[in-house]
Amino acid sequence: MTSTAFLQYCLTGISIGGIYALIAIGYTMVYGILRLINFAHGDIFMMAAYFMIFAMVDFALPWYVSIVIVLAATVLLGVVIEKVAYKPLRNSPRMSIMISAIGVSYLLQNLATYLFSALPKGYPKIDFLMKTITIGGISTSVVTFITPILTLVFVFVLLQLINHTKIGMAMRAVSKDFETSQLMGIKINRVISFTFVIGCFLAGVGSILYFTPRPSVYPLVGSLPGLKCFIAAVFGGIGSIPGAMLGGFVIGLSETFIKAAGYSEFSDVFTFILLIVVLLFKPTGLFGEKITEKV
Amino acid sequence: MKKFIALALASVMTLSLAACGGGSDAPASDVAGTAISGDTIKIGVFEPTTGENGGGGMQEVLGIRYANTIVPTVDINGTTYNIELVEVDNQSDKTAAVTAAQSLISSGVVGVLGSYGSGVSIAAGQTFAEAGVPAIGCSCTNPQVTAGNDFYFRTCFLDPFQGTVMASYAAEEMGYKTAAIVSQNGDDYSTGIAAYFKQAFEQLGGTIVADETYQTNESDFNAILTTVKQSEAECVFIPCSIATATLILPQAKANGLQAHILGSDTWENESIVIAAGDAAEGVVFSTFFDENDESTPMAKDFVNGFKAYLNEDAQRITLNGGTDGVAAVSALGYDGYMTMVTALASLDGTEGDLTSVNLRDALAAVNYDGVTGNITFSETGDANKDAAYLKKVEDGKFVFVKKQIDETK
Repeated sequence: MTSTAFLQYCLTGISIGGIYALIAIGYTMVYGILRLINFAHGDIFMMAAYFMIFAMVDFALPWYVSIVIVLAATVLLGVVIEKVAYKPLRNSPRMSIMISAIGVSYLLQNLATYLFSALPKGYPKIDFLMKTITIGGISTSVVTFITPILTLVFVFVLLQLINHTKIGMAMRAVSKDFETSQLMGIKINRVISFTFVIGCFLAGVGSILYFTPRPSVYPLVGSLPGLKCFIAAVFGGIGSIPGAMLGGFVIGLSETFIKAAGYSEFSDVFTFILLIVVLLFKPTGLFGEKITEKV
Repeated sequence: MKKFIALALASVMTLSLAACGGGSDAPASDVAGTAISGDTIKIGVFEPTTGENGGGGMQEVLGIRYANTIVPTVDINGTTYNIELVEVDNQSDKTAAVTAAQSLISSGVVGVLGSYGSGVSIAAGQTFAEAGVPAIGCSCTNPQVTAGNDFYFRTCFLDPFQGTVMASYAAEEMGYKTAAIVSQNGDDYSTGIAAYFKQAFEQLGGTIVADETYQTNESDFNAILTTVKQSEAECVFIPCSIATATLILPQAKANGLQAHILGSDTWENESIVIAAGDAAEGVVFSTFFDENDESTPMAKDFVNGFKAYLNEDAQRITLNGGTDGVAAVSALGYDGYMTMVTALASLDGTEGDLTSVNLRDALAAVNYDGVTGNITFSETGDANKDAAYLKKVEDGKFVFVKKQIDETK
């Protein structure tokens, strides 16, 4: 393997890893606040892609307007799902709300099949993102190049938000102790909605970055990336944002190098083995907090 | 979690199917088949209209529907029978294909057309054979579809021939010494033709410098394309579905891949060029027919007629992938239907009850001049075709390159 090839593989891996990271953050934040694995997250990612097709193909809007609409619609969808499917179950056993999440996932997949048909649809082209750029011997599209940069920027902003603002403090408090923070006067519903807003916003951004160079959208397109990002979140320690980011990059890179070595049939296998290994040897993940059961 | 549940369900379903199908390996002559009764003959259309091959399958269905509007009836022994098409969707999925085939049989069809995609045809072949209902594969090119199955026929050429054609184009016409192959893991069509290409290319003195595979529904080919680029292959052969082709072309361009991209018969589809734009320029692929070839005079009429048929209804244009371009699979669908009707008409004069087994025997002896050339079937049920057409993408259009004749026939 020459050094150019190595760098090209690295760039590919970091780029897909960045997208995984953006989606994984959505899983990890919702888990941090609600202790809920939001299985519908991958399908929200899929719906964001259909919103983009609507905006740019069916309504022929320019890309900058479309992006705003897509992000707004994705956020709205996420908040509505929370209000309708999760909020009424907040005081039920945790299993019920997880089953509700699985139900929402299937609902979205089947709704998309019913509304948009199972045939793959082309994702609209955003020309400047698909320009080819050459750096040294590496040739790639603009979107592949800016994805990891955007990911780092978003993670940085998000960490600032959580560590240095009032709502961020509220989020940290809620994730520490749900009931006590409620007693302290934190508006719990606002915090939860805000968490879904951030998670879905990042899923929307991830969706645009994912589908621009892979322009094929069908109703089940979100399920495998969704699972991989869930694993990324578990790997990094579910509840930890830097962990989710690291998990995303690790999965993206390892997947790419396995494919590069000519074992593409094992790339997904590896990701799932990683899940098993993490659960066996370090169930709290790389950066996860140690949970001590209080009696 | 979902994946595990889905896997468990799928394996339970497969097991139960296997349990239903066991122990009835009857030879062809013993099956009773389905009798023709009333004044309607039902022909099954066994095609994928969803899933990976949904787009191409739909185009084949359109060709069959068009043929049905041209010849909607057939006269046998003084009775005029209406021909009714019974369409099922095999979802481009081998498990769903068997269920779809069984539903066709239980709806009383006497003959079946399809399918686009060899894997589903191979999976359903046994179901048709056990029921004694003959099937005509229109564009499934893998040898295993008809091999060992007396009830499966096909109207197109086979993968060994197609692989050889592409290899000889690469090695002899273009003078390439090195080639890379990218194929879909576990797909009978893709891996089959890739293997024949490899064999032929190596026989012609070339070297395969990279042999890469990808998973079904893969959307990211960057790693594979980097490997191909790194191998410095002069050309890369990619037998794949339409969906994959539209994904792989822009990525190859962004990746700066210089190798000449060669495709297979699936690539003759305008939606690839529409989706991939200038990334598709220069691609060369093999296909089944050319409207300007004078040895098949029916081709011109078909192209004009089919275009008019598509333009009658905006819905048909949408189903055809948003254009009125004539895909080769539509022509093969048309030929498949016409071959079936020709065989039905030849049953005229048969004494006793007309059954699907009679139809099978008639098909074995059929001789029909089609859009894609003359169709007679060999012992194995394959059309005796010896010509493939090479086309190239130039300025967003398919341009005829050459006609390749199989010299071994």
